[in-house]
Amino acid sequence: MTHSVASGKSIRFLYIASIVLLCAWVLGPLYLLAVNALSSPDTINQFPMNLIPEFDLESLIFFANFYGMLDALINSITVALFTMCFSICLGAPAGYALARFDFVGKELFRVIILMTRAFPLPLLALPLAVFFIETGLDDTAFGLSLVHTTLALPFAILITFSLFSGVPRELEEAAWTLGCNRFAAFRFVILPLILPGITASAIFAFVISWNEVFASAVLTIQNRTLTAFLLQNLDTAPLHLKFAGGFILVVPAIVFIFAVRKYLFAMWGISNR
Amino acid sequence: MWNQAKKLPYLLIAPSAAFLMIFFLYPFASVITQAFEHSSTDGYSLTNFQEVFSHWKFSISLENTLLLTAAVVPIQLALALLMATMVNSMRKGRDLILYIWTIPLGISDLAAGIIWLVIFEQTGFLNSLMLNLGLIERPVALLTYQNPMMIFVAIALAEIWRATAIMLVILVAGIGLIPREYYEAASVFRASKWQQFIRITLPLLKPSLQTALILRVILAFEVFAVVAALGGTLFPVLMGETYIYQFDLLNSGAAAAIALVILGLSIAFTLIVLRILKVPKGVTM
Amino acid sequence: MAIIEIKNIAKTFGTYEALKDINLTVEDQEFMVLLGASGCGKTTLLRIIAGLESPTQGEVWIGDRRIDHLPARERGISMVFQNYAIFPHMTVAENIGFGLKMSKIPADELKRRVEKNAELMHIEHLLKRYSGELSGGQRQRVAVARALAMEPDVILMDEPLSNLDALLRLEMRAELKGVLQQSNTTAIYVTHDQVEAMSLADRVSVMNAGEIVQADKPMELYRNPATQFVASFIGSPPMNFLIASNTSNGFWVIENETLSGPSIAEQSILLAIRPEDVRLSDSGLPAVVRLVEPLGPHLLVTTDVGSNQFRAILDSDSQIQEGQKIFLKPNVERIRWFHPETYRAVF
Repeated sequence: MTHSVASGKSIRFLYIASIVLLCAWVLGPLYLLAVNALSSPDTINQFPMNLIPEFDLESLIFFANFYGMLDALINSITVALFTMCFSICLGAPAGYALARFDFVGKELFRVIILMTRAFPLPLLALPLAVFFIETGLDDTAFGLSLVHTTLALPFAILITFSLFSGVPRELEEAAWTLGCNRFAAFRFVILPLILPGITASAIFAFVISWNEVFASAVLTIQNRTLTAFLLQNLDTAPLHLKFAGGFILVVPAIVFIFAVRKYLFAMWGISNR
Repeated sequence: MWNQAKKLPYLLIAPSAAFLMIFFLYPFASVITQAFEHSSTDGYSLTNFQEVFSHWKFSISLENTLLLTAAVVPIQLALALLMATMVNSMRKGRDLILYIWTIPLGISDLAAGIIWLVIFEQTGFLNSLMLNLGLIERPVALLTYQNPMMIFVAIALAEIWRATAIMLVILVAGIGLIPREYYEAASVFRASKWQQFIRITLPLLKPSLQTALILRVILAFEVFAVVAALGGTLFPVLMGETYIYQFDLLNSGAAAAIALVILGLSIAFTLIVLRILKVPKGVTM
Repeated sequence: MAIIEIKNIAKTFGTYEALKDINLTVEDQEFMVLLGASGCGKTTLLRIIAGLESPTQGEVWIGDRRIDHLPARERGISMVFQNYAIFPHMTVAENIGFGLKMSKIPADELKRRVEKNAELMHIEHLLKRYSGELSGGQRQRVAVARALAMEPDVILMDEPLSNLDALLRLEMRAELKGVLQQSNTTAIYVTHDQVEAMSLADRVSVMNAGEIVQADKPMELYRNPATQFVASFIGSPPMNFLIASNTSNGFWVIENETLSGPSIAEQSILLAIRPEDVRLSDSGLPAVVRLVEPLGPHLLVTTDVGSNQFRAILDSDSQIQEGQKIFLKPNVERIRWFHPETYRAVF
């Protein structure tokens, strides 16, 4: 018996050790980026590197003052906010329809939604570049957000579909028998129940747009987003600028994933089917 | 009241359907026509493809893309499976560990490239470590054209670091759908943990494995910003070439042609995965 | 006055006929139970009355108002759902007051009605709780209070007790009956539980395969089932069915026992006997005892009469062993007769 207890203990140790190792694997590189972003440009170009940040904001200030960078940051946020609004406003009604109604063409619609995911979507920016020039949408936050919405919309539809499916029909029916019309039932019963989930999927849409590189780089010239701007300047920008830029890209993403963590699994579970 | 409203569901999906028509189906169709149109010829021709294929960088970028995918995806799949099963048997701290492991999901590929640049650049942490270990005396340039293997490793590591999370999430969601009774039944019949994994988890996880693989490989064919950050022009890949044709060379026909190649690869691979990991009817949960 | 009239209601889902030409009148303040096995169409009928489902044809009237084209909110009905449908993001008080608020009832009147109905259902101490903090029985009470607070002409209930455990169900059953009698509302109540139906209803409509087979007072259903289906559905253990053959006008023979019955010109007839309507005797139907189950006040004895299974409820003092051959004497007045082809009652 002592033998098996000992081997049980060592398995347990191995298990915990691998969890710690895997956490370090994920967090380590992020930490190193933070060390660099929070050090002065001189320190960054020094050698060897120190593992403890000196909490010097010079790099970040340099980043903020770099010509065009602040505009790019604002553009990124604008595009992401647009994308967020479009994908929820377009996606939530469709999600509701899929969850509540049987209608001819439902399967086709679902298949098209799922198809968009098995597709190199950023490539669609190529033909749209021409289309946008013709319509005056080229190089605008609005135009780019339309392309980003194509990326985020299928997710928004699938997430809201799963949210609406999670609210029993009975609740809606009860509201109808209690004097509500369709809209009032939605407003007073459904909406309060799914609001956290809707927020999560809105945040997810924001992150998708915030992170997108290819379409942003193809479709903007003067009004670059942060990712497009960094990509363009990769060859020429000094290291501390890149690192500060990377840091600014990463921070909101980490916060947002924390905010939506509960919904990540639900939405992938449902979209597997 | 559900079936009374015959028009309502159509009214509800109309905006998103119209949107997808304009911004998904239409550009999808026009990327195809663009690829077959060339200024030098009338009507449709293969001129764009000939031009692209005959360029020396095409075969290298195709090779690089495929090699990178082949190196990265199997490791990610194994890692994600391991992480998912570990999470599944976790009692305390499950949420925290899951959150940490899914952080990279929210990080853009460009940022991931920059993060690994922190480690691999000349005055970076890898060099510092090697110096401290006494392996080198002064910093060496790691990501140079003399060192293609190092570039490949750096890009592969960044990709594994960044994109394992998406597979992990899909697999954790999938494992969550497997009823616990199956495992209880299996342990009553004296199946070991390993046997349970092979005989229950894997077969029942097929639909999720399918989704995870398809999605991941398609994203791997689209690899772009990580490469741009770490390899620059030293490591050409298909998506990068598309960008160069479109943006630097202003040749949208050629860009569309490569786009079609990426699309073709994606579709071909999707079909292969669907074939290999065929899910019998009625097994999906 | 809330007389409900259901005229020629039919409902098809694709090619499936869920309801076939239903006609039913529910009197003012009557407690009507729709009883049937799952899939018989009883819930569909209730939902058509509620306005949650639209009929393929037919009309629904409440008093002198035709309501089948009206949305649910304008029908003057309220409903208690199977899973209670308590809004989880509202307190008990907000739930009970929700319909009143939607109907723009003034605040003081709303408060008064919420409190009155909460007291009626004995949940006044729970008014500030959320549904997640309530037990199944308490949720049930909230659902009923919420429906009653609307002071509707008609209250509809869809298997409201089916999710409660047996003991609680008994308690709630008695309470529901009392509350509804006081409220002067017309009630339609759907259930698959015949005991529930018998104990609650003024009248029971037995449904089968999309049709109402018989609508009658509970004891009438029990004593005079209109068809063989009702006879087999009502009562536990169910009625015993035997086939007898015609000897002469009005006399039918089965296993050498001759019984007097209706005079019809058929070769054979189906007869039904309730298990409690036989007694042990020296002559009668010959039966071989297969199983004896002591149930306390009496014995449930399963026997073979010829090749048919026959259950009898006998006095618990009876000395009966398995394998024994006995004679069962039926109470002839309680025997019900059914036509061998139409399965309708004949007298």
